Parts: sequence; C-alpha cells; structure tokens
Amino acid sequence: MNFINDYYNYWIVVFLMMTGFYIVISANNLVKKIVGLNIFQTSVFMLYISMGKISGGTAPIVAEGVTQYSNPLPHVLILTAIVVGVATTAVGLSLIVRIKRAYGTVEENEFENKDDAI
Amino acid sequence: MAEFINLALLAMLALTALRVIFLKDLFAVVMLFGIYSFLSALIFVNLDAVDVAFTEASVGAGISTVLMLGTLALTGRTEKENKHSSVLPLLVVTVTGAALIYATLDMPPFGHPDNPIHQHVAPRYIEESPKEVGLPNMVTSVLASYRGFDTLGETVVVFSAAIGVISLLGFRRREENDTPKSGLKEHHVLRVVAKIIIPLIILFALYVQFHGDFGPGGGFQAGVIAAAAFILYALVFGLPLAFAVISPKFLQVMASFGVLLYAGVGLYSMSQGGQFLDYNKLAADPVAGQHYGILIIELGVGITVFAVMLSIFYAFDSQVERSNVQ
Repeated sequence: MNFINDYYNYWIVVFLMMTGFYIVISANNLVKKIVGLNIFQTSVFMLYISMGKISGGTAPIVAEGVTQYSNPLPHVLILTAIVVGVATTAVGLSLIVRIKRAYGTVEENEFENKDDAI
Repeated sequence: MAEFINLALLAMLALTALRVIFLKDLFAVVMLFGIYSFLSALIFVNLDAVDVAFTEASVGAGISTVLMLGTLALTGRTEKENKHSSVLPLLVVTVTGAALIYATLDMPPFGHPDNPIHQHVAPRYIEESPKEVGLPNMVTSVLASYRGFDTLGETVVVFSAAIGVISLLGFRRREENDTPKSGLKEHHVLRVVAKIIIPLIILFALYVQFHGDFGPGGGFQAGVIAAAAFILYALVFGLPLAFAVISPKFLQVMASFGVLLYAGVGLYSMSQGGQFLDYNKLAADPVAGQHYGILIIELGVGITVFAVMLSIFYAFDSQVERSNVQ
C-alpha cells in the first residue's frame, strides 16, 4: 500500500499524458486534437503540483500554529501556465476556425489534397 | 483520509480522459473536458495548491469550455469516422507510457518532506517571504515579487495571444442592421438571473483581485472572473449590447495598458536606483515598497488578463454571429 501511495500520482500523470498523446496522434478532428493537447498539458500541471505536496502540510498561506507548508514554487509556475495555456488554446482554436473557412472541413484526412484550394 | 480522496479523484480523472477518446460527439467531449477541469481543481485543492485550483476552475472549466463551444458552433459537432488503423498510435503510446512508468520509479516518493524539490529555494520562500515581503500568501509573494520578471513575461505571452486571435479572426464590422437574433433575450428567467448575478460576479472579481495578497487569488484569477461576468452578459443580451458596454477598441487599449503598467513599475524602480522590478525602492520602508509594487503589478496583470479573455471571446462570438447571418 505504501509503495502504491508513493507512486500512484505519477502513474496517473503518465496515464493522462499518454491519453492526451494518443488523442493528438490518432484523432482526425482538429478540435478533438486540441482537447487532447489540453489533457496532455493538465497532466504536466498534475506532475508539478504532486511534487510540491508534503504529506501533513497545508496550503502555503501563513497561519498560526502551522509548521509545515507545501512548496509554493510549483504553484506559482503552474498558476501562470494555466492562464497562458488557455490563451494559446484560443490561438489554436482560431486557427481551426480559419481552416474551416478556407477548406470547408476540420477533418485532417479531408484537406490533405486540397493544397491549392485557396 | 486525504490519501483516499486523492486516490478516488485521480481515478475519476483518468476515466474521464479515457472516455474522451471514444466519444464521437464533440459537444459531449467539450462537456467532459469541463468536468475534467473541475476534477483537476478538486485535486489541486487536495494537494494544497489552492491558488492553482482557483485558476483551473475559472479558466479551464469556464473560459476554455466557452471558447471550444464557440468553435464547435462554427465547425460542426460530430467527428467523422476514422478510417485509419489505430494500431500504430496505440503501439507508440504503450511503449512511451511503459518507459515513463519505468522512469517514475526513480522519482522521489510522493509527499516526503525531504524530497530534493523542497531543499533548494523553497525553504527561503517559506521562512523569509512573510518577513521580506510581508504577505501571508507565499504564492503571491513568489509570483509577484521573487519571480516578478517571469510573471511579466507570462503577461506579455497572454497579450500576444490576444493579438494572434484578433489578427486571425477580427471583430465584426459595425455596418449591419439586419443583425440576426442575438443573445437569449426571450428567456425571461435567464435574463433576470443574469441581471442579479453579474454585479455579484464583478464584486467577487474585485475581492479576489485585492484580497489575493492575504488569501488565494490575485490578478490572473480576478481578470478571468471579471471577463466571465461580461461573457455572461454578452451571451444573454447579445453581442451588440456588449459592444456598447465595453467596445473592442477600449479592450485593446486596456490590454496594452496592463502590460505597460507592469513594466512601468519596473522602470520606475530603476529610476529610483534599484534593479528592474525591485519593489524595495518604491517607498522609504522596503516592506511598504513591496506592498505597493505587488498591488500595482497585480492590478496590471488583472487588467490585461480581463481585456485579453474578453477580446478573445468577442472575436469568437463575432464569427459565430457572422455565420448566423449567412
């Protein structure tokens, strides 16, 4: 049980990462690819936050009678990464909207031979 | 107890992600992704990352979902049947996954206080930041003061993403009077509830903005929450009315103003004889200087994030309404 507890978080992170990776390389639809990319991204967030946790610690906000705080540094890195992540997702989605307008489809295999459509 | 909650929540997260693979209905995929974000937020709370959970709940479940739904409205909601064989991707993923699982066995065990990550700079942040910066929330101290330069970079990235989206999509021109039915004005319950709830959301955003030094919160979260209030307004009352409240031009000015405010604090501290973003020089007392510096740069972050999120939403919503006209 101890062994499982020690590594469980990392295994789930790997599982999520591979799920996202699988969606990105196997899905045909570009919107679904973006969802896969986001799942991949969240797995990295989960890895960082898991590493920052200390058993028996609390959130890194000073309070009386608390001696053990979890590590605040990964929280800072991931907090900004989430906001940057949604901003870059928006750029990706707007590229998809333009692809739809130019090619009439967002399925990857359908615009393979339409290079000269625009 | 906390371990069991962790176990259960992470298992639910894995199942949600797994389900996304097999669904062909993209509307359901996006909804599942919203659930996925809320589950992540819960896990972050359980792992003591309250600020991160706050951000994930408002950004991941709120703004991302709205943007993805806007894209689906333009590109169609079903994925076509995939003719390619999925053997090769599955093989690649299994091999990579197995290698990574093997690698995790070399990771320091979860939750131990003497892991390497807790030895380097973290003790200083935890022990000295309440005295040096004078704020109870260490995440805000590190974000805005110790790593202020990094955060300036992140704010610029968010700003450039908005430039990217606006140049790709653009806003709707103001010429047409044959506007299609915009918003959900015929739903009376929705309209009344939105009218009550929007001021509360804005008030909450202001609280998160200015209380971020003492509790979870700060400019990033506040900006997103304030943008959510206006997105709700635009969804219920229609885009033309939202443009009348805050015009896209004004948002562009706001987005650049936030970044300039942040960088301006850095330049001002240089003019006072300090380094770039050295808040100690902002006032006679270093701790008071830190307070002023963090207050102003958090405000800059909040303004930029608000303006960027709302601009991005405007750009997507303009596209949806334009396609409704055609």
